[in-house]
Amino acid sequence: MFCEKAVELIRELHRMSDGQLPAFNEDGLRQVLQEMEALYEQNQSDVNEAKAAGRSELIPSIKLRHCCLLRNQRCITAYLYDRLLRIRALRWEYGSVLPANVRFHMNAEELQWFGQYKKSLACFMRSLGAGEGLDITQDMKPPKSLYIEVRCLKDHGEFEIDDGTVILLKKNSQHFLPRWKCEQLIRQGVLEHVVS
Amino acid sequence: MSDSLSDDGSINQDDSQEDVMTPAELIAKLEEAWLNEKFSPELLENKSEVVECVMEQLTHMENNLQRVKKGDAKASVHRMEIDRIRFVLSSYLRSRLQKIEKFFPHVLEKEKSRGEGDPSLLSPEEFAFAKEYYANTETYLKAVALKRMPPNLQTVDLLKAVPEPCLDSFVFLRVKERQENILVEPETDDQREYVVDLEEGSQHLIRYRTIAPLVSSGAVQLI
Repeated sequence: MFCEKAVELIRELHRMSDGQLPAFNEDGLRQVLQEMEALYEQNQSDVNEAKAAGRSELIPSIKLRHCCLLRNQRCITAYLYDRLLRIRALRWEYGSVLPANVRFHMNAEELQWFGQYKKSLACFMRSLGAGEGLDITQDMKPPKSLYIEVRCLKDHGEFEIDDGTVILLKKNSQHFLPRWKCEQLIRQGVLEHVVS
Repeated sequence: MSDSLSDDGSINQDDSQEDVMTPAELIAKLEEAWLNEKFSPELLENKSEVVECVMEQLTHMENNLQRVKKGDAKASVHRMEIDRIRFVLSSYLRSRLQKIEKFFPHVLEKEKSRGEGDPSLLSPEEFAFAKEYYANTETYLKAVALKRMPPNLQTVDLLKAVPEPCLDSFVFLRVKERQENILVEPETDDQREYVVDLEEGSQHLIRYRTIAPLVSSGAVQLI
């Protein structure tokens, strides 16, 4: 059946839970593109014949193939666009450097798109408020208290807080830190918020 | 939130000359814009003056905090206040950016068709961002798939492909200025259209499309 491959691509994304990025299905994409090429060629020859020999009974099948072509195109763009949205969400979650296992699932063009998106976003944030800039990927949740208790989940090395004190983030150590400094580290999985 | 700002003379003394607004009014403005933006389905007009003033105010407060000696109880109250304001500001800018990304072809189209004297929905920075986002996404789609498709299928009309904001979604609102004769369109075929008066201070649940002009004029507040 036509379009089955394309729908399979969509299903693959749909099956993943929110925000997960499966590996780019280059093979599936190629198969859909091949199907499109075949459909297009058939249509071309049928159109020529219908015009030359006046065979109007070919028109319905031409129309059908054209619909399949459109549907394939639509499914592919939906597949690609949905992946972009997931990649975009990753920028907000992990910051500008993605973990290697996520990057592994992206193709070269997606990495390029991500790089460009990162740049646009950084440019936007820098331009806020007369050149000082504001990192709007911070402060994701309304602040409840100034300091929070955090536990280190992995060795992170030295970490400087606002007043210049340097603390050592060692695995399993527990600290009482300003919330606005640790938000990103919590999202990266370096720190864990201890709720007593 | 605004209480501790207006109460303190020590932190915001010298601002009043360049601004007619007091800091408390400014923060109220920001909160109003923030809630409206958060709850409206479409992108509202940008409030870059408010954003700029708040940013200035934040820097100002931060600088003042530097002078306060360590361990002062007042300092942490102010620190908290700064954090809260920064959260509201970031959240406001974030929700705008999200809408721009979600509806980018429509946002740009609206910007293009805007009349000469009409104020722009986007701030210059947001406009630059939207344009880059559009170009980036288009290039990507072309590079990965479209250029490998049959010649008659190599373009996608993003304006049709990306969903439009749903203006028929329902919003909660509080009325700030009394409104008369608001025309409510019928939802189903067997209903008729009718008019309502919105009393000051009353709250309603209504379709966004009906009251969109009132949101931008500031007569109602989305909640």
